[in-house]
Amino acid sequence: MKISEVTALEDKARDIRRLIIQTAYSSERNAHPAPALSIADVCTALYYRFMKVDPKNPSWEERDRFILSKGHACLVSYAILADKGYFDKEHLKTLRHPNSILQGHPVMGKTPGVDMTSGSLGNGLGLGLGMAYYLKETKKKSKVFVVIGDGEMNEGPIWEAMNVAPVIGTDNLIAIVDQNHFQSCGSTEEISPMQNMRERWESFGWKVFEINGHDMHAIISTLEMAVNHQGSPVCIVANTVKGKGVSYMENNNAWHQGVVSRENYEIAMKDLAGGEV
Amino acid sequence: MSVMFDRVSTREAFGEALVKMADEYPNLMYVAADTLKSVGGTPLKNKYPSRALNIGIAEQNMALMASGMAASGAKVFAASYAVFSSARICEQIRTFICYPNLDVKIIAGLGGLSGGQEGVTHQGIEDIGILRSIPNLVIVEAADAASTRVITEAITHYTGPVYLRLGRTASPTVFDETYTFTIGKANLLQEGEMATIFTTGAAVSRAFQAEKLLRKEGYDVRVVEMPTIKPLDEEAVLSAARETGLIFTTEDHMITGGLGSAVAEVLSTQYPCKLVRIGIDDEFTQTGDHEELLDIYNLHPDHIVSVVKEHIKAK
Repeated sequence: MKISEVTALEDKARDIRRLIIQTAYSSERNAHPAPALSIADVCTALYYRFMKVDPKNPSWEERDRFILSKGHACLVSYAILADKGYFDKEHLKTLRHPNSILQGHPVMGKTPGVDMTSGSLGNGLGLGLGMAYYLKETKKKSKVFVVIGDGEMNEGPIWEAMNVAPVIGTDNLIAIVDQNHFQSCGSTEEISPMQNMRERWESFGWKVFEINGHDMHAIISTLEMAVNHQGSPVCIVANTVKGKGVSYMENNNAWHQGVVSRENYEIAMKDLAGGEV
Repeated sequence: MSVMFDRVSTREAFGEALVKMADEYPNLMYVAADTLKSVGGTPLKNKYPSRALNIGIAEQNMALMASGMAASGAKVFAASYAVFSSARICEQIRTFICYPNLDVKIIAGLGGLSGGQEGVTHQGIEDIGILRSIPNLVIVEAADAASTRVITEAITHYTGPVYLRLGRTASPTVFDETYTFTIGKANLLQEGEMATIFTTGAAVSRAFQAEKLLRKEGYDVRVVEMPTIKPLDEEAVLSAARETGLIFTTEDHMITGGLGSAVAEVLSTQYPCKLVRIGIDDEFTQTGDHEELLDIYNLHPDHIVSVVKEHIKAK
């Protein structure tokens, strides 16, 4: 892997973070910026380095699939899809407004590039498992990536899918846990503890990698191993910081959901102006 | 009155028709929640092993996997029991099957009181009421094995979400291979002018028996099967109201939320007319054989006869 490639993706991730904040600010709506920022690096690596997609043909059958199971973080999806040209960036300021193609949570069929409706937590892994199974059944080479929140792991259906995935041959399924240690009402450890995340997935028969979810070099090298792994589904536990990159949002759960003011916006733009994110 | 029973149950008839449809549709898939053997999946599993999946006792995951497969181009049958196929996975049906309008058929065995001896936990007596308010969902109920085969083929040809309610053991024979079915259309079974009985599922046989008894006593009653509860054949309801002036509904379901409620909504808003709903009242039921329970919960032919006579006399 070339250093310039890593640097280019880091720069792109910074662009995406700026677009996330600009979208939240320009829409003047009560979106979820911090949960989007925590997974921005991983999603950038997926869409700009790994996923086979064609923005001009969003329903291309051979494409890889992406499900944002933690759908409230859809600012990151919308920013990336707009940046890649699935739709005009002008739509971003319509987020959460009536008649917008950008609903409060991702909706298949309304937003070009959204492969599955999500946002009702705990459902993305089972949806991805069905996709992965059928894509293999029909001899497609496609991978299915599912981003799950660590708080979301409270939900039962995830464990149903985790349990059966390794025995039905879906090694084209890659789950990524955005482990930012927060959920809506506070710390995941205090509410319904989710410690030993790696061991939990391993004990269910998954191949597991654990990384710093903001280290682009680690993200790329791990995704490389994940997409080449055979014989079992893969889980990547990405240790992240909720609100990563915006000083006042980092580890500040008040920004799980909130309206970005002019002042908030200006500070964030300075934070994201360049250099280390 | 002697009643003939089908050779096979509606669940088995569904499984036979499903294999035929799988031959025709290479993208047809089947997912069950440890209900593969008990909701018709065995013939398909034998012929196309990789297209019939038992993913364990996990109905939510069953519904989600069905949605994911359908989003990737499959025509999917997700098979469990009516209680779990409605209440347990209500949200998955709503948000991940009906909202994206995916081609998933929810197959619900043990509909109504056919859960019988298992008791309330396995009797799907509220399922239609639970699901009827969800947009994009077609809700269908089969009365016997012959109609199940026809309905299974018809809903396979249809693209979109469908809930198909089946029974458990062999049903009284009502129809033969000449049965016809169109989504959203009523089936006129018997002409009549004094009143109309709209009926569906396991209640059809009983409505038929009641009609024969009534006719012997000189009561000329129309019987209409409503295999599609959503979208309801509103014109059939309105013409019956106009032409007979007295409407009954009989169903193996609570009288709230199901066929009776659907008919009431049409009548009350478009052509107010006397309506009497016959089915399970607002109570939990008990253990017993299906036919015994239908007798207990207001669907004994003699009970239907007495209710119909009482209201015809009061016209």
